[in-house]
Amino acid sequence: MSTTTVPGTLAAKPAARGWLHLPIIWAVLLAAPYWMPFVGGYDALASRIVIFGLAAMGLNLLLGFTGIMSFGQAAYFGLGAYGAGFVLRYWVHSTPLAILCGILFGTAAGVVFGALMMRRTGIYFAMLTIAFGQICYYIAYSWNSVTGGYDGLRGFTRAPLHFGSYVLDIRTNGLLFYYFVLAVFAISTGIMGVLLRSPLGRTLIALRENRVRARFLGIPVEQHVWISFILSTFFTSIAGALYALLNNFADPTALFYVISGNLVIMAVLGGMLNFWGPLIGAAVFVWLEDFISSQTVNWMSFIGVIFVVVVLFFPRGLLGFIRRRSA
Amino acid sequence: MSLLQVRGATKTFGSLVAVNDVTLSVEPGELRAIIGPNGAGKTTFFNLVTGFFPPSSGQIFLDGKDITQASAVDRIRMGMARTFQITQIFPELSTRENVQIAAETAMGFRMRPWLSRANRAAVAERIDETLVATRLTEQADRLVGELSHGDQRSAEIAMSLALKPRILLLDEPTAGMGEQETFQVAGLIRRLHKHTGYTIMLVEHDMRVVFNLADRIMVLTEGTLLAEGTPDEIAANPAVQAAYLGTAE
Repeated sequence: MSTTTVPGTLAAKPAARGWLHLPIIWAVLLAAPYWMPFVGGYDALASRIVIFGLAAMGLNLLLGFTGIMSFGQAAYFGLGAYGAGFVLRYWVHSTPLAILCGILFGTAAGVVFGALMMRRTGIYFAMLTIAFGQICYYIAYSWNSVTGGYDGLRGFTRAPLHFGSYVLDIRTNGLLFYYFVLAVFAISTGIMGVLLRSPLGRTLIALRENRVRARFLGIPVEQHVWISFILSTFFTSIAGALYALLNNFADPTALFYVISGNLVIMAVLGGMLNFWGPLIGAAVFVWLEDFISSQTVNWMSFIGVIFVVVVLFFPRGLLGFIRRRSA
Repeated sequence: MSLLQVRGATKTFGSLVAVNDVTLSVEPGELRAIIGPNGAGKTTFFNLVTGFFPPSSGQIFLDGKDITQASAVDRIRMGMARTFQITQIFPELSTRENVQIAAETAMGFRMRPWLSRANRAAVAERIDETLVATRLTEQADRLVGELSHGDQRSAEIAMSLALKPRILLLDEPTAGMGEQETFQVAGLIRRLHKHTGYTIMLVEHDMRVVFNLADRIMVLTEGTLLAEGTPDEIAANPAVQAAYLGTAE
């Protein structure tokens, strides 16, 4: 091992080597419904991968780019799902409004919880993220009359999209829904990419690199931790809203800390120093979950072994490993 | 008026008095050195001035304004910049990016999710200017964590310069360096002081560096101000000689 780190592992300048991998990633994603069947996939699985990819990329804004441990990201994923579900179940049959409400729920919680946590560091911050996550879980679990409690929020379906007189039926057409999910993913990751290359994004990377230096350059560290947390919950709640639309269903397990752990595994598996790493991690994780769980109930042990191997031998994640080989 | 004024600054940690009733003033354009044996409270004094922690008693003024209670971030906004005994940089970013973050923050862009073309050009200009001043242009695109110790120090100073500070505070800028690197960093400090007219206050162990560069020297021992004056006055001061060389038995 040499000490030379791969330049361009940072969002600060993905453009330097970004030209090559971007078309590949988007070609693979756009063609997913056509090649997925050959590896045992289907439209809904492709949607699931993209949704968890977005959730993990949102988490990675904290984990990989700001250098903050968060083990409670499922709360904002779940709140996004319930927010979307509430609109469809109780209010109007509109997919865009459902997504907006999901974002509102998740991000509002991020604003409040983030403000309470921003002065804590390290393990204390991580413990608080779990605690707040579990609070959300138990509220969803116990508030039967509104959330449906243990059984989850049922009795809604995603609505077709209306563009004037033109209707896109994402409700019954799984293929169309996948492309809808992919479009939302594209907009979200586009915003994320621009943010990370901006002065604001660079302050987050500065926090990851050296908090003392950041403070003594005049960056109010706590305020930027808060901003990073809010941004991260924003993106994860978009994924949560899409998840409710995918399943036509929202249940407390979406808020449970197991999902938080899965999102961390996805980010680490794919490579948290890489913008697209968590998406790769999510693809591997979700596909393995689907494939191995049809063979054995112990699918988690396979994920566990793969995770250990990756952490031990490719600490920069799968994508970090591929990039290093090709560099 | 003095640029930096400290009046009766005291810092205690439990029963330990790390800095005891120290008063000093630094004039604009001056290069002030603080020397003293190990454990004399030099770095603690530095930390009081830069707001790393508040003093137990005493007052600190920057340009006549009382900053005793101001946070570190506020002091930097008001024109302070500092480096650390152990170099504090963003190791996995390039030299340019390190300076860029400093420049963008100082120019008030730290919350901006995008920049106009004009603003981007202004940032780039400040980065280039800073890199030239610190002779780091050729290292601009290398990861700062991979540079030599001397260049990392220069990079840390570059980040401070990108803030366009009114006073530059350097904590042992040549700590842990060999001849060559000490020469390099001392040369940089001299240029900044003589050519650019920066007001600089530094803590330093290397006496050659101190007596070559400083306009005035302050000597601390056991947290107390022992002597203050020009390099010649300090060199001739019997109390200083005793503190450094020990008294004849």
